[in-house]
Amino acid sequence: MATSEVINLTAVKRDPTFVERLTPAGELLNRCIQCGTCSASCPSAHAMDLTPRQMWRLAKLGFQDEVLHSKAIWLCSLCYTCHVRCPRGIPLTETIVKLKQLALQEGIGEWRESTAFYRAFADVMRRYGRTKEIEFMVRYFLASNPLSALGYAGLGLRLLGRGKAHLELPSLGGEGRLDRLFERVAELEGQR
Amino acid sequence: MRYLFYPGCSAESSALEYKTSTLAVLETLGAEVEELKDWTCCGASVASTMSDLLGVVLPARNLALAEQAGNGREVLTVCSACYTNFRRTAAAIASQPRLLDTINQALEVEGLTYHGTAQARHLLDVLANDFGPEAIAAHVQRPLTGLTVAPYYGCQTVRPYSPFDDGQRPTSMLGVLEALGVTVHRHNREASCCGTSLLTTKPQVGFQMVGTILEASSPADCIVTVCPMCHFNLDSYQDKVSQLVGRPLRIPVLFLPQLMGLAFGLPESALMFKRHVVSVSPALARLS
Repeated sequence: MATSEVINLTAVKRDPTFVERLTPAGELLNRCIQCGTCSASCPSAHAMDLTPRQMWRLAKLGFQDEVLHSKAIWLCSLCYTCHVRCPRGIPLTETIVKLKQLALQEGIGEWRESTAFYRAFADVMRRYGRTKEIEFMVRYFLASNPLSALGYAGLGLRLLGRGKAHLELPSLGGEGRLDRLFERVAELEGQR
Repeated sequence: MRYLFYPGCSAESSALEYKTSTLAVLETLGAEVEELKDWTCCGASVASTMSDLLGVVLPARNLALAEQAGNGREVLTVCSACYTNFRRTAAAIASQPRLLDTINQALEVEGLTYHGTAQARHLLDVLANDFGPEAIAAHVQRPLTGLTVAPYYGCQTVRPYSPFDDGQRPTSMLGVLEALGVTVHRHNREASCCGTSLLTTKPQVGFQMVGTILEASSPADCIVTVCPMCHFNLDSYQDKVSQLVGRPLRIPVLFLPQLMGLAFGLPESALMFKRHVVSVSPALARLS
């Protein structure tokens, strides 16, 4: 958790329209009264560089870089506790999803162990239409930190032994099951 | 009772015992269940992180298939993340008037149209409310007396889109469990988060989250859950979590339909306890 420090608001690059991009909360974020219910409710706040309360304040003030480069957004596990407890009714959890989306789009590279997860998962989903757990994990470890896979080797063998995981050869050629749908979605999003 | 079954990706692979026991228990209860043909991934937590539209198009594709096959049958999901994605999509369509049109422009390439009528139900909702404790008790051949069970709902089973239970203090599993004859160990982590993908991306944080749930449940003989992700996280990492908290935490984790199947007298081939990482034998030994 960040310790308190004085920030000179005029000296830092800010984007006052940042909040408008943060759907679904958007302008609703201006209702935030900084009560801290989100931080107190968050099961991973203790490990965050910005607490949720600090994050929403910075977002509201337009500190786009501080928020999008934070580790905090990747520590949200979508438990929706802050979302249902926010006394101002702000849809916080789904707005963190948007922050992750913007960080991915901007190619922010600090938290590769998280960003690689989403990219590898999306690739497998697009190719097969369904998640192939083992192929996804292999792609993920190759893209993030191949050595960290060793820590999972014991569990992997146990899962194989119990039939919970299956080794299959990846299919690499040809059209992916959801290629056309993914392309159509990208086209439509480009139009908007 | 007739349902269109959407297993989701996990129940097809790592949580196959969840799918198998669900189908066996529903058959015993007299439900007519047909698997949705040609279903694809709901998008998990990933699609909406890649793009807003993809995050609603992938669930909508399956709901469109369900309308086609449906005759008004609801979609039965066993995964809380799939459930949330389906309900989130329906809620988004209800609050954004033009969204359905845009979704259907995308679904055109799949030859599908979603009309916004098909709705998803969670297995727990169906068991607790469509069947209910009385109907369940009527099929119990072997009451599970002597077994103490810690219910675990997880997050997305009950919030934020679930209409069938309280989002923070859920109780819908109680009646089902009592119908089986078990003793219920209530605890304050029943709707806490299992850590989801943090167990992979930020394991130290994830292990802590699992640890608090295992510790709160530890007076019981086993944990009972209704989500494949929760099950995987609670069952698979107990060694690493024990190292982290500095004391051995070892507790079997069962899917609710496995426990029901046990009480209904269904065979191991329907329950597949051998697939679990943490052996369920110590819990089964408690049964007289």
